[in-house]
Amino acid sequence: MTAPTVHTPRPPAEAEELHASRTGRAVGAGAFRPAQLLESLPTSLRKLNPRHQVRNPVMFVVWIGSIVVTVAAIIDPSVFAWSIAIWLWFTMVFANLAEAVAEGRGRAQADALRATRTDTVAYREDGSTLPAADLQVGDRVVVEAGQVIPGDGEIVEGIATVDESAITGESAPVVRESGGDFSSVTGGTTVLSDSIVVRITAKPGESFVDRMIALVEGAQRQKTPNEIALTILLSALTIVFLLAVVTLQPMAVYSGGQQSLVVLVALLVCLIPTTIGALLSAIGIAGMDRMVQRNVLATSGRAVEAAGDVSTLLLDKTGTITYGNRRATALHPLDGVDALELAQAARLASLADTTPEGRSIVALCAEQHDLPAEADAREAAAEFIPFSATTRMSGVSIEGREVRKGATSAVIAWLGDDTDRARLEAISTGIAERGGTPLVVADGSRALGVVELSDVVKPGIADRFAELRTMGIKTVMITGDNPVTARAIAVESGVDDFLAEATPEDKLALIRHEQAGGRMVAMTGDGTNDAPALAQADVGVVMNSGTTAAKEAGNMVDLDSDPTKLIGVVEVGKQMLITRGALTTFSLANDLAKYFAILPAMFLAIFPQLAALNVMHLATPRSAILSAVIFNALIIVALIPLALRGVRFRPSTSDRLLRRNLLVYGLSGIVVPFAGIFLIDLVVRLVPGIG
Amino acid sequence: MAGLLQVLVLLVLLAAAWRPLGDWMARVYTDEQDWAVERVLYRLVRVDPRSEQRASTYAVAILAFSFAGIVLLYLMQRLQSLLPWSFDRGPVEAGIAFNTAISFVTNTNWQSYVPETTLGHAVQMAGLTVQNFVSAAVGMAVAVALVRGFVRSRTDRLGNAWVDIVRGCTRILLPIAAVAAVALIATGVIMSLRAGVDVIGVDGRPSTIALAPTASQESIKELGTNGGGILNANSAHPFENPNPVSNLLEIFLLLVIPVSLTRTFGRMVGSMRQGVSLLAVMAGLWTAMLAVIWTAEARSASFAGANLEGKEVRFGIPASALWANSTTGTSTGAVNSMHDSFSAFGGGGALLNMLFSEMTPGGVGTGLYSILVVAIVAVFLAGLMVGRTPEYLGKRLGRREVTCAVVVVLTMPALVLLGTGLAIALPATAEAMTNSGPHGLSEVMYAYASASNNNGSAFGGLTVTSGFFQTTLGIAMLLGRFLPIVAVLALAGLLARQPRVAPSSGTLSTGTPLFSVLVAGTIVLVAAITFLPALALSPLAEGLA
Repeated sequence: MTAPTVHTPRPPAEAEELHASRTGRAVGAGAFRPAQLLESLPTSLRKLNPRHQVRNPVMFVVWIGSIVVTVAAIIDPSVFAWSIAIWLWFTMVFANLAEAVAEGRGRAQADALRATRTDTVAYREDGSTLPAADLQVGDRVVVEAGQVIPGDGEIVEGIATVDESAITGESAPVVRESGGDFSSVTGGTTVLSDSIVVRITAKPGESFVDRMIALVEGAQRQKTPNEIALTILLSALTIVFLLAVVTLQPMAVYSGGQQSLVVLVALLVCLIPTTIGALLSAIGIAGMDRMVQRNVLATSGRAVEAAGDVSTLLLDKTGTITYGNRRATALHPLDGVDALELAQAARLASLADTTPEGRSIVALCAEQHDLPAEADAREAAAEFIPFSATTRMSGVSIEGREVRKGATSAVIAWLGDDTDRARLEAISTGIAERGGTPLVVADGSRALGVVELSDVVKPGIADRFAELRTMGIKTVMITGDNPVTARAIAVESGVDDFLAEATPEDKLALIRHEQAGGRMVAMTGDGTNDAPALAQADVGVVMNSGTTAAKEAGNMVDLDSDPTKLIGVVEVGKQMLITRGALTTFSLANDLAKYFAILPAMFLAIFPQLAALNVMHLATPRSAILSAVIFNALIIVALIPLALRGVRFRPSTSDRLLRRNLLVYGLSGIVVPFAGIFLIDLVVRLVPGIG
Repeated sequence: MAGLLQVLVLLVLLAAAWRPLGDWMARVYTDEQDWAVERVLYRLVRVDPRSEQRASTYAVAILAFSFAGIVLLYLMQRLQSLLPWSFDRGPVEAGIAFNTAISFVTNTNWQSYVPETTLGHAVQMAGLTVQNFVSAAVGMAVAVALVRGFVRSRTDRLGNAWVDIVRGCTRILLPIAAVAAVALIATGVIMSLRAGVDVIGVDGRPSTIALAPTASQESIKELGTNGGGILNANSAHPFENPNPVSNLLEIFLLLVIPVSLTRTFGRMVGSMRQGVSLLAVMAGLWTAMLAVIWTAEARSASFAGANLEGKEVRFGIPASALWANSTTGTSTGAVNSMHDSFSAFGGGGALLNMLFSEMTPGGVGTGLYSILVVAIVAVFLAGLMVGRTPEYLGKRLGRREVTCAVVVVLTMPALVLLGTGLAIALPATAEAMTNSGPHGLSEVMYAYASASNNNGSAFGGLTVTSGFFQTTLGIAMLLGRFLPIVAVLALAGLLARQPRVAPSSGTLSTGTPLFSVLVAGTIVLVAAITFLPALALSPLAEGLA
């Protein structure tokens, strides 16, 4: 396991997030403003270009149908024909609108990113300059304090603090240095101090920022495997509906009720799955967008989709399951020592200790024994003995007293023979078995007791794992700790399994083992030696603080470097698939009502008995057909917010999810159009020439 | 009341056979041992029974075997006069011989000829009856190959088509058909090699009553869901189906294998719930459609409060409705009454059974693979709604799997719509119809539904002897049979290559009542959205009038 402590822990925020997660969370969604529809109108008109439409077979059929009806309306004008023509074009525009709005949401982010890229000048080692855009792989450039790093690369010389807020939004600077796992820098970030030599590793136009821009704009969007499969199904249905409508004409002629071209096209457009056809690409873009809103960049929609399929999560213990640092959780006085005395000594020894462990001891003493958390003047004057690798102790010397805390063996050695060695060791062993670290506290020659430092499991994480379990996802904790400690934390956090003393090879083997059992694996990583495992995993989320090699191997980058996000990433993936399935079901179920509207309208003249099918009591055949076409167009606009936001998703078992979604989207898919067409007809029947 | 009793007896018989026959069939297709007689056969045709085939090879074997069957059957009919027991019935006309050859090899058994005057016993016994066995065995082989696709992982082998066909005949069809034939004889079905008997009719004039080796063909005709009668009146003829007992036995025979295959499936995939959930879909739709047809016929006011036109009084409404529902719900197509004479909704019900793509419970083998493919489509749609890439029985449904499934599901609607649309557009068709108006359209649509689904029953009012009908119906039978078979085998190959995904509480569970509802809903929805416009102009317009 590589340097787990690099993930900056932010306990309060995470606790809040976890709390939110337990109390009725819907997966994070960007706000949708109706004004976005208007803003995207010009783009959606531009998308009427046939070269764009041909990529979507369902909408391409509508496009051709619109032209056919328009021509028919020109040749043989009537209010009805023109109304149908106009609403078919509206259908097209609304479909484009969905995609345009989805893309527009990414564009603002892209513009901000683009600003960081322009005007950057690169300085070669010999002092010559060139525009950043002309940099080639292998070029070496010098970047000094205050300058913007001209391209993605590795630091080959030097150490610097870098402001990465342009990419991550995180204002705290990070340290980058040559060699090791923190040598990668991103173009567009700013060096705050010192000077570094960077070897460029990305081709022009392919840098991290470039890729990010392309991703958020949806420019390079390729259909995901599941999207392709769904498109095939929808296209096949479209072909069958085309056949059904084309062959209906000879049957109608035989029955003595020949139909006009306008009516046949209207029927066809109402039958083919336009709702899902129009919203399909918007759902995909919105899925990526939701990742971006969480500051996670997926390198492809495929990765987002794969996230929904994950059945095993490999989670780093540190930063994900526990806070990054050990904290004091208990005080164990020796026999005959007053608890308060131990607390006072432990506090004194830690007052000047600025490590998180030290501060946590002061905090514990303050909490349990009401001791002041700040040093008074007398205490502040004490001599601080810092921790060193040789003494393995720290503490203060104050008014002749030597108060120390440190590793059990070190303190015992310091105290000499007359201590209750057996007792100290027994307490220490007990603490280690619980997954903690013992610190013995001594005052002068007297041992007082032991402070228990332990990994603190984040609150709510056990509930989170239980939720994941109901979703069929197994969690595996990865830790460098020994098996005893690992087991203790695994039990406390409720994780399903753990891998202790994990090496990169162990991780890789574990991933392969899980995959061999037919499970899909997601993991987080940052170091170069994580790269093979990241590449092997189905979803590899790389911390932005990680190395270039790791970023290349993974398929998502987490800009916040927050490993807890892996769980949210899975949910976004699931939500995207559910949205797709729900809207497909809704779209297909709609056909039933449309048949009840259009079929009697078409054949009432020859078979008056078909009036029995006109359950909505639509006014006239023309108003019935027009109402169905209008409903078909409006439902697209109505569902754009849902497509962008994603359907509500609560973690639960598949059976419950299926039952709920079938009920909500299948049933409403049947009922809503009946009501909608009925209401539209009430208005449409007032139009002269229709009603 | 007597009708309900018959249904009850039928269901009890089927329930009793389900377990032993289903288990037996699972053993047949997984057995490592060959029977002695099978070994002789394999040696004769030089097949190594232990060598397994890829999907493509399996498909080629099925296609080649069927093509050879068509050629052989065609030649037998054309060269009939050289064969024994031909009674000077002469060579069969080329168009009819072609259509009949396709019809029997595709398990359709659409008959555009009159058997008593066209075919001798040699063609009947060595030609048609043989195809009755092997075409049924082919259907089961394809179904088993698909099931193996689900069961196996990381292999490109699906089994051996030759072994599957041979075993289907030797271990399943032959033994049951033999026993059933004897039982049918006991109920009064005839078995004779004579051409006929000369009698003096009630009007005092001499005539000949045709005889045939009926019982042996009758049993496999039902058991293999074939349906081609050795006598023109099919199972309405007293020599083929003399009384209510033989009637019930024949309905039992035509349902027993498709129904029991659900258990075979459950056994092979190692989860009986999976099989039961599909059985529930079949049974649910079968029962619903029985109610529709029965009610329609009982309520129809055309004759004394019930519609008895074209029905045998020996059987009455219930047994006719029961038969019609079972023969169109399977791919049998044998009839014990004339479907053309059914009321609008009764005949429409029979038509709808076929438009469901015949999976209630479907033909031998074809029923199982059809419903599995619909299940795949249902899982694909619903699976998305649980937030995972859809998977069925541990196999992921991606682009290629869905493509294959879509080909299977949409072949039949495409053929029916195109055939009906084309035929109805031709002026000559009007002359071939006995009826005009909505019922005439029903007759044409029924013909293409029957051919494309390899059913074989007909609305007899339509004369289909013209070159146009012979050709287009022949094409519909061929494509309706072999396009789905090729796609199913391709699908089986794709599935077998995949590893099996471990199920978890996040995967859509498929052995549940909810899943059965979902599959049934998909079947009805697909049929409704593709055929409602056409049905509105035929049975709906007729029935609502």
